[in-house]
Amino acid sequence: MTFTRRAMLVGGGQMVIGGALAARMAYISIIDNDHYVLESESNRVNLTLVPPRRGWIVDRRGKALANNRVSLRIDLIPDRLHDKELVLRQLRTLLRLDGDAMERINRDLKAASGFQPVAVAEDLSEADYASILVRLPDLPGVAPQRGFARNYPTGAAVGHLIGYVGAPTAEEYQAANKDPLYITPGFRVGKDGLEKYFQPMLRGEPGAKRVEVTARGKVVRELDTTEDKQGKTVHLTIDADLQEYIARRMGRESGAAVVIDCDNGDILSFVSMPSFDPNSFSDGISNSEYSWLRADDHQPLINKATRGLYPPGSTLKPMAAIAAVEHGVDPSERHTCIGGYRLGSRFFRCLGTHGSVDMATAIMKSCNSYFYWLAHRLGYDAFAPTAKMLGLGEEFQLAGSNQRYGTIPDSAWKMRKYDQAWSASDSLNAIIGQGYVSVNPLQLAVMAARIASGRKLYPRLVNRQFRNDPLPYSADALAVARHGMDLVVNGPGGTAGRSRLPLDGIAMAGKTGTAQVRGLNTGNGKSGSWRFRDHGLFVCFAPVDKPKYAAGIVIEHGMGGSRAAAPVAKDFMTFLYDREKAMEALETFEAGWGGTIKERMDRDYMAWKTGASSDPDPEIPQ
Amino acid sequence: MIPVPAAVQRVPWKLIAILSGITGFGLLVLYSAAGGNWSPWALQQGVRFLVFLTVALVIGRFNIKIFEDFAYLGYIGILILLIAVELLGFVGGGSQRWLNLGFMNLQPSELMKVAIVLALARFYTQLPPGSTRTWTALWPALVMIGFPAALVMLQPDLGTALAICIGGVIVMFCAGLPFWWFGSTAAAGVAALPILFSFLHDYQQKRVLIFLDPESDPLGAGYHISQSKIAIGSGGIGGKGFLNGSQSHLDYLPEGHTDFIFATMAEEWGLIGGLVLLGLFFLLLRWSTRVALNARTRFGQLAAAGLTMTIFFYIAINLMMVMGLAPVVGIPLPLFSYGGSSMLTIMTCVGIVLAIENDTKKAGGRFR
Repeated sequence: MTFTRRAMLVGGGQMVIGGALAARMAYISIIDNDHYVLESESNRVNLTLVPPRRGWIVDRRGKALANNRVSLRIDLIPDRLHDKELVLRQLRTLLRLDGDAMERINRDLKAASGFQPVAVAEDLSEADYASILVRLPDLPGVAPQRGFARNYPTGAAVGHLIGYVGAPTAEEYQAANKDPLYITPGFRVGKDGLEKYFQPMLRGEPGAKRVEVTARGKVVRELDTTEDKQGKTVHLTIDADLQEYIARRMGRESGAAVVIDCDNGDILSFVSMPSFDPNSFSDGISNSEYSWLRADDHQPLINKATRGLYPPGSTLKPMAAIAAVEHGVDPSERHTCIGGYRLGSRFFRCLGTHGSVDMATAIMKSCNSYFYWLAHRLGYDAFAPTAKMLGLGEEFQLAGSNQRYGTIPDSAWKMRKYDQAWSASDSLNAIIGQGYVSVNPLQLAVMAARIASGRKLYPRLVNRQFRNDPLPYSADALAVARHGMDLVVNGPGGTAGRSRLPLDGIAMAGKTGTAQVRGLNTGNGKSGSWRFRDHGLFVCFAPVDKPKYAAGIVIEHGMGGSRAAAPVAKDFMTFLYDREKAMEALETFEAGWGGTIKERMDRDYMAWKTGASSDPDPEIPQ
Repeated sequence: MIPVPAAVQRVPWKLIAILSGITGFGLLVLYSAAGGNWSPWALQQGVRFLVFLTVALVIGRFNIKIFEDFAYLGYIGILILLIAVELLGFVGGGSQRWLNLGFMNLQPSELMKVAIVLALARFYTQLPPGSTRTWTALWPALVMIGFPAALVMLQPDLGTALAICIGGVIVMFCAGLPFWWFGSTAAAGVAALPILFSFLHDYQQKRVLIFLDPESDPLGAGYHISQSKIAIGSGGIGGKGFLNGSQSHLDYLPEGHTDFIFATMAEEWGLIGGLVLLGLFFLLLRWSTRVALNARTRFGQLAAAGLTMTIFFYIAINLMMVMGLAPVVGIPLPLFSYGGSSMLTIMTCVGIVLAIENDTKKAGGRFR
């Protein structure tokens, strides 16, 4: 009976195992059912996010500074890219990519993580796009997409103001809690400037496309689609036409110009040139284009309007006049300029021999001697608070800007910084905007706007409320500064006399400045290589009798304010009142410079790529 | 009452119903797996089933003495074929399993599963009852199991080698060898697992390791198991419905018509379908176990028990594999999976068991 017992045992063992299998199956399909249904769904359904269209950035009249255009694009998904070499070779042939593009793609592929897409090409023609579509089954890892690309109608003119967008980096993806949108092809985040600052507003909500896919990723059918929700529009105070005009008017110069509305602090233009074209960044800038931008000694990648620091030179004289009147100096009191000012054993030079001058005349002729005399008499500590009150050395609450705010020195500052006492010669240097003093062009514009309006205006790019209280200065003090500035342009022998507006009934007031790049003793700053020439500065407002527009302009190495900066101001102030006349002037200039900004940049880039110099000696536009 | 003719009475209608039930269900699943098509699988499998069913019924009419007489001869012949495979066999699918005979590819290791059971049953039938607890009962059996198992391992085919071992060992167990031999061998086997593991091929080692930790390779070898569990689990109690399984239809489930066909079925028919299939298998095994218990001869007892175990082993290992309880070894689900080799083996087993049953019936019962 051994066999029967043992066979029963074996059969019993089989029953037990069979029962265990039934129990296991019941466990999987009942207890774990929800979990596996979910996994089966996520297998079956491929959720493709549709990147939202970015919100527009528009100027004060609703004109687009940044919008979107339809773009046919090809991306690579690194994780699905099995035969990288083959696919890249095919793409290279099909899309006629150059070595530059291949280098960038390879670099991006190395840096990309997993499913993070790498852009191969954007803005393809329908024909090129179709040529990829038909070969798609043989190109695993290639993802074609019909999407939107960021577009900047005025290109380089708004580069520093608007910033640019780009594909999110691995860090940004992590920071966004691995939001799958951040690894969706075609999605862009703001990388700089206003695009970055207003990213949450501009982003929008993604749409979604649900498709059923096979294990090999083949789409079986579309399930349903949700539309994307476009980002909100950002309204700027900028005047797009003025912005573009000034950018073009800068020509081949390197510099910055900020124009402020004297009624409310609206920034009407915010130009730093040369600039990059933000359009080239939005579809992934090529290595060589980026090197070209970096190699340019005019520094197109730096926003000079907020990040450029310059000795303000004589542009500080109207401010000094206000401070002096507030400290009891009679504006009609005269000082005789003998071509300089003697302080102990040192002789501080003036730019000319001006003879007997009063305060307004001293501003008009930019007489250093007069102001040396004031500074020696009152000490610079009497002037520094006024400089600060007018916005110099101040960091403004301004959307999307990263400011370097410079220095307005005084005795306490010097003691803190150098542990040295303030000397009379420091005062003399500071009063003519040299020495320790440094400011940025935005501050110069604010100073002009505050002097012109008599109020403590704060610059703004969006509709943001500031109190803009009246300045704590007497009408006399402000009047003498404004009168001096009026004379600079419209007076007999003013330093900016040639920049008088060619308009009836509208006059501009201003103050030129020349900032020495090297000391006075090492050259005259008027010749020699570009890098050692003096900076030209100009602050101004118009109309004189009822100020509406104020501006600060810096032309790097422009040799002098009256020569380089004031003519720019003359043309854009003209533009604000008489566009035709201003455009005529601009077109004449551009003919001499070799075309529009884009034409020049394209040519320079091509020249640079072929090894030729991209740095022709900047011509002086006169 | 209409008298039923003897020829009709002799036909094992209940067995045919069970086999047809299993295979018919399988055909539905194959039809669905092909996206609602009779080709390429379902039709061919159906034709094949009819052919092999006929073969099994014919085998069932054979006298049991034939199997007993030819047990050793068959075993030796198949052993020679296995050696021939080692020497001449062509390599397919990464392993050396088939012998090209010109008109068909023969897989001798499949036949060996049956032959080892018959040969050992013959051996223990001849062994004097008093010797079952001696050394003489052990070593010839071990040699008989060891040779073919080693040859199949060389091919390499872990699943079939295990099937040969388990069929042989069950015959030894049923023959009444001392209980503690099996206990101590099992204990020694567990202790020797690491050494055995080192004898496995790289890909086999990998399968075992991934079985122990499927998460380590979700897209590679662990993919089979996790997709299979997803298919079974997402089916729930009632299933997604005939022709509605996304896992198999969208190719997420690899081998959805062969080794992983149970998952394909479970996705569409759910737990209910799974239990029905398990029930049919239970009826089949209950039948063959009863044949073993009632067999007239010792050879019949041992052979039927061993063949039952061979069939059971296929079912158990395949189901454990698709439910994530065993590593992935290429073992199909009897009669259900698409493929001829395993159906041939199973139907041969069924035919021999049927012959044993007929032998018992003819003699009018056990030991008479």
